[in-house]
Amino acid sequence: MVDPLFGKLSWDSIILVQEIENPNLNLLITSGAAVMIPVGGVLLIALLWWLNWWKPLLGWLTSVDHKKIGAMYIIFAVVMLFRGVVEGTLMRVHQATALNGGFLSSDHFNQLFTTHGTNMIFFVAMPFLIGLINIVVPLQIGARDVAFPRLNQISLGLTGAGGFLITISLLIGEFATGGWTGYPSYNGKLINPGVGPDYWLISLGISGIGSTLTGVNFAVTIYKMRAKGMTFMRMPLFTWTALCTSILLIFAMPPLTACCVMLGLDRYLDFHFFTNDMGGNLMNFINLFWMFGHPEVYILILPAFGVMSEISPTFSAKRLYGYTGLVAATMCIAVVSFMVWLHHFFTMGQSATVNAAFGIATLLIGIPTGVKVYDWLATLWGGRIRFTTPMIYLIGFFFLFVIGGLSGVILANPTLDYQLHNSLFLVAHFHNVIIPGVLFGILAGIHYWFPKVFGFRLMESYGKITAVCWIIGFCLTFLPLYPLGMMGMTRRTVDYSDPAYVPLMMVSGAGALFLSLAFTFIVILFWRSIVNRKKLAIPMGDPWDGRTLEWWTPSPAPDWNFAILPEVHSRDPFTEAKKDGTAYQPIEKYEDIELPSTTYYGLIIGVLGCGLGFGLVWYIWWMALASFLGCVVTAMVYGFLPKKEIVIPAEEVRKVDEAWRAEARESQGVTRDDESTEANKGLARPDALPAV
Amino acid sequence: MSKAQAGSLHPGLNLGEEHGDDHLEAETSVFGFWVFMMSDLVTFGMFFIIFASSAHALAGGPGPKELFDLGSVAWQTGFLLVSSLTSGMAVLSLKQDHADERGSRKRLVFWLVITILLGCGFLYHEIADFVSMAAAGGGPTRSGYLTALWSLVGLHGFHVSCGILWCIVIIAGVLFQGVNRDWKLTILRWAVFWHFLDVVWIAIFSFVFLGGLI
Repeated sequence: MVDPLFGKLSWDSIILVQEIENPNLNLLITSGAAVMIPVGGVLLIALLWWLNWWKPLLGWLTSVDHKKIGAMYIIFAVVMLFRGVVEGTLMRVHQATALNGGFLSSDHFNQLFTTHGTNMIFFVAMPFLIGLINIVVPLQIGARDVAFPRLNQISLGLTGAGGFLITISLLIGEFATGGWTGYPSYNGKLINPGVGPDYWLISLGISGIGSTLTGVNFAVTIYKMRAKGMTFMRMPLFTWTALCTSILLIFAMPPLTACCVMLGLDRYLDFHFFTNDMGGNLMNFINLFWMFGHPEVYILILPAFGVMSEISPTFSAKRLYGYTGLVAATMCIAVVSFMVWLHHFFTMGQSATVNAAFGIATLLIGIPTGVKVYDWLATLWGGRIRFTTPMIYLIGFFFLFVIGGLSGVILANPTLDYQLHNSLFLVAHFHNVIIPGVLFGILAGIHYWFPKVFGFRLMESYGKITAVCWIIGFCLTFLPLYPLGMMGMTRRTVDYSDPAYVPLMMVSGAGALFLSLAFTFIVILFWRSIVNRKKLAIPMGDPWDGRTLEWWTPSPAPDWNFAILPEVHSRDPFTEAKKDGTAYQPIEKYEDIELPSTTYYGLIIGVLGCGLGFGLVWYIWWMALASFLGCVVTAMVYGFLPKKEIVIPAEEVRKVDEAWRAEARESQGVTRDDESTEANKGLARPDALPAV
Repeated sequence: MSKAQAGSLHPGLNLGEEHGDDHLEAETSVFGFWVFMMSDLVTFGMFFIIFASSAHALAGGPGPKELFDLGSVAWQTGFLLVSSLTSGMAVLSLKQDHADERGSRKRLVFWLVITILLGCGFLYHEIADFVSMAAAGGGPTRSGYLTALWSLVGLHGFHVSCGILWCIVIIAGVLFQGVNRDWKLTILRWAVFWHFLDVVWIAIFSFVFLGGLI
């Protein structure tokens, strides 16, 4: 019987209370993590109070500026990455000591790999990429904002609500134990009636709606808001990958929403979608989940490919090699990614013909990916290469991502998959594509575009240390898992009895500590760079001799992005303008600029989303109902409110823009040799030694 | 840009150049809604797939022959198809009467109200069907087949309810704030949504009800 006021929630649901009443090591670890939520919250409030930052904070949360929304996505992702890295380290250290039983209980370990996976995919990788897309795409296509700025804020609010649910599960109740894929019937009501699976499916459902809306928003932005003259085949490669990712989001998120709704109906209302009895079919869940899940992999990797396609020409001072091939490869990957989902369950008993068809489709994806790697290599060939931080990530990516891709080709063969599935070989494979692929791409992209948003570079010294730590940490942690998998060690194992596993497990555990170090260096990197921001400032906006439109504006980019919307005549419009000397010439005529004004819409929907999710998880029906009705009423009220615009007078735009152009015309600029020094104020001087 | 291209900025009925900037503004807004509808179509597709794979999962419970009342389904189909026509009439009167702010709102509101009434007629029969199915032992928790049936048809019914609520908000907006740009674009998007529900219903009618009885 559930309480009408508090639902299933009681004092004992709070982890800290459990620890006091029934102390043990597992609870101590959990409550240590749980206690960080209230303590972190209090510290954050104290910090805001001390700095008196309430107003700027509210300004950010109500802003519809795509650059600020993008930055908030990335800050959110970094916070969630902290949890993911700690959990990953804990699991690797546990397994290193788990010969005949480690220090964690099996239930705790199960929660760890479930939250680690869910968190890393949905609340780290996705927000990172959506954040980068938010920051970069409107600037790259020469637009003032996205197509639907308010909707963009709602997407952020819904992602935040999902993140809130998975975070609060650490403090109140428990998370699911069935892995990030959440298969029934283990996650069904019969076997698992607790709140864990509810947390899982509701946080995914809510943030998934946000991601769908993001996909719609960016597809429309790219289709409809490109600068004059920017045909499809003149779009920068990152924008191309963002377009393909948006299309994948539009088509791949609905299966996730559908299977979350269905599992929810099974759990809450005793429906029979995926139950073992009464005509339910759990294979339906697995098919639906991977119809989302496989395109999801490419949702993650395509923008990372886009980053690589931007940094390789910039840091070798050449135009991108094989533009058309890269575009075609991106489109191929996007289309074929919908035809391979079954390779996630080759061993579940369908016919050999079906397995062969999906195996071949999976192998085919390797071809366009290979094309891309060769194109980037050819871009570097004969270039004026600088070993900046993004380039170190690119080199790590070249070597390690190819290994990950090749192990994927091995797994794509159904006969081999029968041997290797559910082993650590698989764990090694997907970490091998996600860390050197997605994560290195994101971090390289953050290094590359950070100055555009905040107006100063990140320090190269700490950046390089961080990059090397990630590379070494990755190699130590995950490469040993390949042989371990082939020796027969299964994934998600809480303990084992074969001492042969121990040496490699120890290496892997040590590597995980390296990865924690790499995360620590990211924090130090941001901190030291913020402290030194005056020396690192690049007000003229073009620190790396960029080729595309986003560098053709001051840094930090003004609210209106471009004083006058640029017109495009080639693939590298900014490089062309710098060559014929027109880049910083004065403009005759400025016009008033209209921008959407701040709104509380996204913030309100985000808070109500938290309430809806929490109410549903704990069966607090009044809270769920009130939050749901609140969302409906908010949407209605906003329909009646006039859409407010801020008008920035032409005179103000002129003042800012003319000052920037004059400074750039008078400045000497830096050559590429001094790019990483304090002399770099964001103006590139042509090279004495041009690239081949 | 040629005249013909300029005349049609997004798929479906355009406001036309006599609406001035409102016509141009509609391009992004309505196109965006079409894209969203594609996403929603995939959601329906998933529920259709599940229904198809559960068509024989009766688990000893009642099947289509015991549960369906084709007469009622025919009424629902009639109501929804005619409501699509009347919603089209509403958009036509939007296009013709409201190129400037002076046009009378009577025709527009009349067709919107008729559409709502027809939508309510549809919902009334659908709910009555659900009630009689539940009374005949065919509730959604009885079998995999019935779970899929109730969810698919119920998802459509939920969409229809949302469409009706949205239309009520539009009527209030038009009456209190006039047929301004925001409400014009809202009506265009709502019309896309309403026609879309018709298309989905035709698929449900064919595969779920007719398919079940054949």
